Amino acid sequence: MKDHIVSSFNEELKELAGRVVEMGGLAETLVHDAVSALLRQDRELATRTIAADRRLDNMQAELEELCISVIARRQPMASDLRDIIAAMRISNDLERVGDMAKNIAKRTLAIESEFNNKQLAVGVEHMSDLALEQLKAVLDAYTSGDLEVVQRVHLRDDEVDALYTSLFRQLLTYMMEDPRSITMCAHLLFCAKNIERIGDHATNIAENIYYMISGNQLPADRPKTDELADSSAV
Amino acid sequence: MALEMTTDTESAMDTTISAPPAVSAEGETLKMRGRDVKVFYGDKQALHGVDLDVRKNQVTALIGPSGCGKSTFLRCLNRMNDTIDICRVEGDILLDNDDVYDPRIDVVELRARVGMVFQKPNPFPKSIFENVAYGPRIHGLAQSKADLEEIVASSLQRAGLFEEVKDRLDEPGTGLSGGQQQRLCIARAIAVSPEVILMDEPCSALDPIATAKVEELIDELRQNYTIVIVTHSMQQAARVSQRTAFFHLGTLVEEGLTNDIFTNPKDQRTQDYITGRFG
Repeated sequence: MKDHIVSSFNEELKELAGRVVEMGGLAETLVHDAVSALLRQDRELATRTIAADRRLDNMQAELEELCISVIARRQPMASDLRDIIAAMRISNDLERVGDMAKNIAKRTLAIESEFNNKQLAVGVEHMSDLALEQLKAVLDAYTSGDLEVVQRVHLRDDEVDALYTSLFRQLLTYMMEDPRSITMCAHLLFCAKNIERIGDHATNIAENIYYMISGNQLPADRPKTDELADSSAV
Repeated sequence: MALEMTTDTESAMDTTISAPPAVSAEGETLKMRGRDVKVFYGDKQALHGVDLDVRKNQVTALIGPSGCGKSTFLRCLNRMNDTIDICRVEGDILLDNDDVYDPRIDVVELRARVGMVFQKPNPFPKSIFENVAYGPRIHGLAQSKADLEEIVASSLQRAGLFEEVKDRLDEPGTGLSGGQQQRLCIARAIAVSPEVILMDEPCSALDPIATAKVEELIDELRQNYTIVIVTHSMQQAARVSQRTAFFHLGTLVEEGLTNDIFTNPKDQRTQDYITGRFG
């Protein structure tokens, strides 16, 4: 795309995009660290993750301020307007991703009993790998503008959802078998839910990138099967 | 001779009533239609075959860089180009089903149906009252003095100016502020009950408050009139119009819902222009 006649407007748009990418990188790190801390019972890493989330919150607030100022001063149109709106929404999603990571880290600190169930650990890890993969893919697509990747991410969210559903069932079983494990399992269940929601945020980001690039809403052909409907709990 | 002229004009107008109005694909009435409109100033071609419809009771904004042909097209709609000797117009301009360039059409009559407001407010050097009364008087729209006063008052009211000038109707129109003068010109245009109002950058000489008043007025006038506005302010086009047409180098590049044009234009040239990337 051609540059703006007003070069400072160009600079501002680049600045915005740069900050979104930076936030994306930090959000990925937070999720990765939070899950590692959980699985390895690394309390020190969990504490650092909680602290780092504040930085992400500040970045989001600053980015939003910049967006508002650009809108007020430039009255952007068409793709510029979409770029700015997308940056604002994506930063919102990334900020929420950070909150999810922080919550996992907090639970890591709360879980006192030994986290020794290999099978559950593998389940959580697998889920977080997939969610992180999704997050990374959309953040790359934000820079490259690859709509195919965006659509693929959108379709793959079901896989994260399915993993969550199966983990949910496993955890229920453990809790019924051994009531002493309830506290830990409940924490784990929330952690899994957090990861599932990180996947949802990746999907949101995919939708925003699609709108930013094409100007249209991503067609909603994703079959939304609610696998939890019959287990009467979400 | 003059009588024959009138009869002919009337018969040309008569066809309007019998033929059904043209409608768009969405079922909206098309008040004016331009088909393959070409305009030449001497050897220089200013418009290269423009097809553009104007929908009834909507505001259509014409945007584009200087010299793109938007004002030229606007001036075709009520034959203002006739005043330029070297100007030649080809193609069809239809008002309802009347060919605007039909030799039998009375141009004065046409300009009463398709009124115009210019960039610079240009009140006559007469009183506020006379500025508005002039048109209805020469077109014989008022039966009595009371009738004329009524038309002047209601036109000023519809132009949102009455409250500000009601106590000084006999003062010169040129003594008003710029924004008031422009609303006076709008009152003058609507006093002859036009069907279409053409506006050529009506706010470019006004301050933001006066501009806002005119824009508010445009939105109200849309209920009763069809409006075509040429503007250099993209934000203004986005604010006041329902449809926007983008001209470039004498061609119509893109026309569509204003919302779509300003958030998701289809043509790269439109995109470049409205985002300030042109040239």
